[in-house]
Amino acid sequence: MSAMVDITFKLNGINRKTRVSATMSALDMVRDVLGLTGTKYGCGEGECGACTISVDGITLNSCLMFAADCDGRDVMTIEGLAADRKGEALRDSFVEHGAVQCGFCTPGFVMQAHHVLEKNPDASEAEIQRGIEGNLCRCTGYRKIVDAIAGVAAAAK
Amino acid sequence: MSTIQHYAAPRSLEEAADLLRQGNVTVLAGGTDLMPQSKAGKLKFQPVLMNIRNVEGLRGLTETGGVLRIGATTTITDLYDSDLVKSRLAALWQACDHFASDQIRNAGTIGGNICNASPAGDTLVPLLVLNARVVLAAKPNGALTQRVVPLREFFVGPGKVRREPSELVAAVEIDMPPPGFVSAFFKFGTRPALDISTISIGFGAVYEGGKLRDVRVAFGAVAPTPIRAPHVEAALEGKPLNEETIVAACDAAGQDARPISDVRASDWYRREMVRNMLERMLNNVRNG
Repeated sequence: MSAMVDITFKLNGINRKTRVSATMSALDMVRDVLGLTGTKYGCGEGECGACTISVDGITLNSCLMFAADCDGRDVMTIEGLAADRKGEALRDSFVEHGAVQCGFCTPGFVMQAHHVLEKNPDASEAEIQRGIEGNLCRCTGYRKIVDAIAGVAAAAK
Repeated sequence: MSTIQHYAAPRSLEEAADLLRQGNVTVLAGGTDLMPQSKAGKLKFQPVLMNIRNVEGLRGLTETGGVLRIGATTTITDLYDSDLVKSRLAALWQACDHFASDQIRNAGTIGGNICNASPAGDTLVPLLVLNARVVLAAKPNGALTQRVVPLREFFVGPGKVRREPSELVAAVEIDMPPPGFVSAFFKFGTRPALDISTISIGFGAVYEGGKLRDVRVAFGAVAPTPIRAPHVEAALEGKPLNEETIVAACDAAGQDARPISDVRASDWYRREMVRNMLERMLNNVRNG
């Protein structure tokens, strides 16, 4: 049994305290300790982006992050983004464009799309494609996902 | 799987060096290599896991007197977003552009990329071209000391570097290249994102009046470590960049590259790729 670490951090705007194993990933903490299952376990090695979360305003693969490293930081998961106006706009656009099929990759895509647009609200289609390189979808062929994100970018203009 | 007895997140270099001196420490920075390697059983944790993210002064770029210091916990995104890197260190910027995915660039650090010492490590090839030096901090006798090792001498083999267990990679230093310096990075993989290089090439030189000088060429994924290519460099140094020189340089590449066959490519394929892509890169330099 590895050492346990007490951590305090902000989760979706609310201060949280929890205790995690030193070897635990942020993904396991979010899903299994905190019970937020919107963040998905896809590949477990940073290839698919299904586990994308935002930490201090930037996205990363929660499967590659140590849970203990969340200490003192500002963490947002898809549940937090879903409650945000910008998250709603992305969700509506994904629905409108038919960018969801099985839906497993969707939380990761929405998190990453949000980050791409926060960094560059005028993102071009090419920039959107570059931005979501780290997210895999095995259903849609990406066209509709790119359209959905571009739709939000266009609406913001 | 090994057991971590203690997790530490020091705030100062002094504190981090104290922990390292006591021994048995695994250093955690971005985690993007450490997490999958530990899960796959390729890496055994030491009893102490030390997260260096909060160590003050380790993140960011500072240029003083023509020397650029890149702190060890500077992320690949930090480098990619740096105007200085983009405008003056093209090869390094291009490597960051081809590095994994946005999510990994946001977490992965330059110090981690160096210490992971993959023969295919994306930033390592341009750093070799830039004659980078590794700054190692330690506290052997109660006072912080610093040791500087040329990156070229730092790599021993896949995943193996000349870092003592009591030392922390604190930064990378680069002498800013002279005026007229051009550089480029090329990486070949089967897809643009999230791919481990089949081969990579870094090139840098002062190109003036049609001639090359101060030529630096490095290869990735064709030897147990990222390497400089001295035969190619000799074939280019002081020469006019014409057809004849380019052919000679590409011929010389065969003496520098020592690839193996693995899941990504055969040794023959890698040799052909190095030769052909080096030719393309040199022609790009020639054609401006």
